[in-house]
Amino acid sequence: MSNVTRERVTAQFGDKIFATTEHFGELAFVVDKSAIVALARFLRDDAALRYVHLSDITATDWLEREKRFEVIYHLYSYDLTEYVRFKAHVADKESVPTLTGEWDTANWLEREVFDLFGIFFDGHPDLRRIMLWDEFEGHPLRKDYPLTYETPQFTYNKDLPPEVIK
Amino acid sequence: MRTETMTVNLGPQHPATHGVLRVVLELDGEVVIKCTPEVGYLHTGIEKTAEAKLYYKVIPMTDRMDYLAPMSNNLGYCLAVEKLLGVEAPPKAQWARVLLTEITRLNSHLVWLGTHALDIGAMSMLLYVFREREDLLTIYEAVSGQRMMSTYFRIGGLTEDLPSDFEPMVRKILRTFPARFDEYENILTNNRIWRNRTIGVGVINKEEAIKSGITGPMLRAAGVKHDLRKARPYSSYDKFDFDIPTQEASDCFARYQVRLEEMRQSLRIIQQAMDGMPEGRYLARVPGVVRPTKEEALCQMEAMIYHFKLVTEGFHPPKGEVFVTIESPKGELGYYIVSDGGTMPYRMRVRPPSFVNISALSKLVVGRLLADVIACIGSVDIVLGEVDR
Repeated sequence: MSNVTRERVTAQFGDKIFATTEHFGELAFVVDKSAIVALARFLRDDAALRYVHLSDITATDWLEREKRFEVIYHLYSYDLTEYVRFKAHVADKESVPTLTGEWDTANWLEREVFDLFGIFFDGHPDLRRIMLWDEFEGHPLRKDYPLTYETPQFTYNKDLPPEVIK
Repeated sequence: MRTETMTVNLGPQHPATHGVLRVVLELDGEVVIKCTPEVGYLHTGIEKTAEAKLYYKVIPMTDRMDYLAPMSNNLGYCLAVEKLLGVEAPPKAQWARVLLTEITRLNSHLVWLGTHALDIGAMSMLLYVFREREDLLTIYEAVSGQRMMSTYFRIGGLTEDLPSDFEPMVRKILRTFPARFDEYENILTNNRIWRNRTIGVGVINKEEAIKSGITGPMLRAAGVKHDLRKARPYSSYDKFDFDIPTQEASDCFARYQVRLEEMRQSLRIIQQAMDGMPEGRYLARVPGVVRPTKEEALCQMEAMIYHFKLVTEGFHPPKGEVFVTIESPKGELGYYIVSDGGTMPYRMRVRPPSFVNISALSKLVVGRLLADVIACIGSVDIVLGEVDR
């Protein structure tokens, strides 16, 4: 099943795909971030694929890499009953295009990634923090977020130095 | 004549929001013209905490997300780690997992039915469903010692064997529940108040539902015949015979019908699982990865060493990433786990069904009356512990 997806996506986006993997039977593409929207649309609208369900958007922080963040998308096809994953590498303070125009789900999922990782989504209509309060400093799911540093700061903890635990 | 609109703040401390959901409503008279759900009041950083815990220590935290369906959360997590490790639970564990996750589905749907009915005026339902839930929680307690946060599933199987009084308890619910469900239908299905409060309320069409990422009973009430238990069978679900209930109306009443029918189907699955429960081990035998059973650890030296090493150091799954989804009572529950070869998950992401479903709330309520907002929030079936994590 996933072979169809693999062939069709490779034929269409060959030059934008940096790597294709199939570990644990899960098909995954690493793509250029400029191709995210076009690829998502293609996967959704192609008659043989029909990945119409945007299951998840999330990110992983690989601190030591030059482009530290991976933004990861999972799509699901009700016809093929298959998932496909594609991801893009972005550096800190770099933004990725939004998928809110394609799926309404993307709105909150991207807000969550923005809140917890600090990755910006270009063109998002309402990019606010969703889990944490607006005054919160930092993005807790980053690997260099100090685990012993408390916000909000009060008199009893304001002089304590932040400590990074690896 | 004044024509300005009014902003009403529903929640976070409001009994009909099922926890701490805050909904900012803009009203024109009594008609909702804008609805903004705000979440995050229960954010506990489970994904972050999981990065600093050994793999097996994450299981208790998954209970605390959707606290009405702890076993479903356990199952999703265990399946994801098992996929990463290449371990498969033995048949008895798989059957028991199916049985207990269906009991969990009953538990979750019963509480949903009681609270939803309470929200829109049928108070006695809550008392009836909690009577039934007591039987389910007794089973929880018998298998795991806990009534809510069961933590019963382990990577590779179950914590311990099913107790000897397990079968009579399950037979009891199989015997009593069908009549109880008929009782609920007698109270609600043809009740005029219930029908007026739910029929035609909170409609979202099929295309919009898919575009909004809605999954689970809500999606099936919109006419999509899809269930991950059938589409991508896990834990031997392909060996069980059950139907996927669907409705076309996609209103609150359709969701009620779908969930009620799902409960009956769950009983069918429980019946089959109990009748065909295989004999054998409840925990896979994979030295160095799956913890030995208590008897083995106390009687065999190697098992004792493995036990000690697994508890203190943990195991090292191969590098890679997996995304495993299951059909939880609320919808598609997914676990995305990234391993860097260490003993703790490098990243654990939970794909929460309630979070995505409630994000479509404004589509259900805009243009309707304020009182319908309560019916709509109830029909989405959220648990804020899972929405915020």
